[in-house]
Amino acid sequence: MQDINIKITDRNGVTHTVVAPTDMAMNLMEIVRSYELAEEGTIGICGGMAMCASCQCYVTSDHELPEISEDEDAMLAEAFYVEENSRLGCQIQMTAAANGLEVTLAPES
Amino acid sequence: MITTDILIIGAGPTGLFTVFEAGLLKLKCHLIDALPQPGGQCSEIYPKKPIYDIPAYPEILAGDLTHKLIEQSKQFSPGFTLGERAETIDKQVDGSFIVTTNKGTKHHAKIVAIAGGLGSFEPRKPLIPNIAAFEDKGVEYIIKEPEIYRDKKVVISGGGDSALDWAIFLSNIAAEVTLIHRRNEFRGALDSVEKVQELKNLGKIRLITPAEVKGILGTDFVTGVAVEKKGEDAFILDADHFIPLFGLSPKLGPIGNWGLDIEKNAIKVDNALDYQTNIPGVYAIGDVNTYPGKLKLILCGFHEATLMCQSAYKRIFPNKKYVMKYTTVGGVDGFDGTRKEAPKAVVKAIE
Repeated sequence: MQDINIKITDRNGVTHTVVAPTDMAMNLMEIVRSYELAEEGTIGICGGMAMCASCQCYVTSDHELPEISEDEDAMLAEAFYVEENSRLGCQIQMTAAANGLEVTLAPES
Repeated sequence: MITTDILIIGAGPTGLFTVFEAGLLKLKCHLIDALPQPGGQCSEIYPKKPIYDIPAYPEILAGDLTHKLIEQSKQFSPGFTLGERAETIDKQVDGSFIVTTNKGTKHHAKIVAIAGGLGSFEPRKPLIPNIAAFEDKGVEYIIKEPEIYRDKKVVISGGGDSALDWAIFLSNIAAEVTLIHRRNEFRGALDSVEKVQELKNLGKIRLITPAEVKGILGTDFVTGVAVEKKGEDAFILDADHFIPLFGLSPKLGPIGNWGLDIEKNAIKVDNALDYQTNIPGVYAIGDVNTYPGKLKLILCGFHEATLMCQSAYKRIFPNKKYVMKYTTVGGVDGFDGTRKEAPKAVVKAIE
């Protein structure tokens, strides 16, 4: 299994290029936490169940990501600062297809 | 003034289990929680979700875990101050503490155990520029007294269980109930969704979807809201109350100002010994603490609570001898007069 590269712009506007493993069943929210790119306690509050929207991000590259599930869609419908390209980081799995993905973290709310 | 041995801040799994471990040491506990019911995140955010890493439970729903912990703690008669947030702490000359809530309830305790998880749950406020000016003047994020809505025009926004449940409940009290949500779909229990559909058909709830409240009108008090329906011009809806229900998000809150060492939104503790903070007599256990190698797991919270109680005992009774007893050996004597013990072995001759 190979690692992939992800570009994450944090809530202060700083862009980080990070390496993510594809064999640990990790999602984008967990990558952000593992690199401490958002303050602990402000991201992944529900643990990654698409139940809190604290890991909302904007996908700025044109990757074809897996479709938004009903859970994720319903949660985004109650989140703030939602844009057309909003996703929940916890629902984006780190797979080979996500290599080169670019995202910006949504503001804390 | 409420008096107790250990004052536990946070009634989640770790806080509830502390009651049991303290009870074995004959220490009495009282819990404060900002939520109206015990259980913390487990009962507030995901009661119907399974947990797979509670020892001896291959699978247990978060809500069921809470119920079992409450049941286990009951014999030690814990006190509860619910729906209030711990605001200030004052150390007394004798080393005890007085903790006061946002509603002024005072608690006097020898030991304070902060089991606050990610913090107290605060309502998430929608991004409407003038909303703060109307808080408690027609805008309520949490419904405390349903009676204030009697014969009033109420607008609720949100798409989850609480928006649905309150729309149903208030449809019997308020003059008018309007439910506004950004989607046509709601994320709630199926019977709640069906009930709202039924009340909508009966004309008891007005549903405006997909739409969003974009502004609040009024001088001193809410008189209406500006509603934007997707693809249409905004319109004004008369309203006496606007209740945005967009869930809760945890904030460390006032505990952050208690003089505790805080790192990464968590309280630093001595994990080599007893999970005590930099303030002697104040402990932090469960998700709220941090130390090298910390894992935010319920099972780790249970362990931390157990060690913390032993330390609390030594602090309260510095000269009293004690050794840990297995519950199987010593049984459990509740403060409510109950006693649980292992059945005695039968000794009988075989002829």
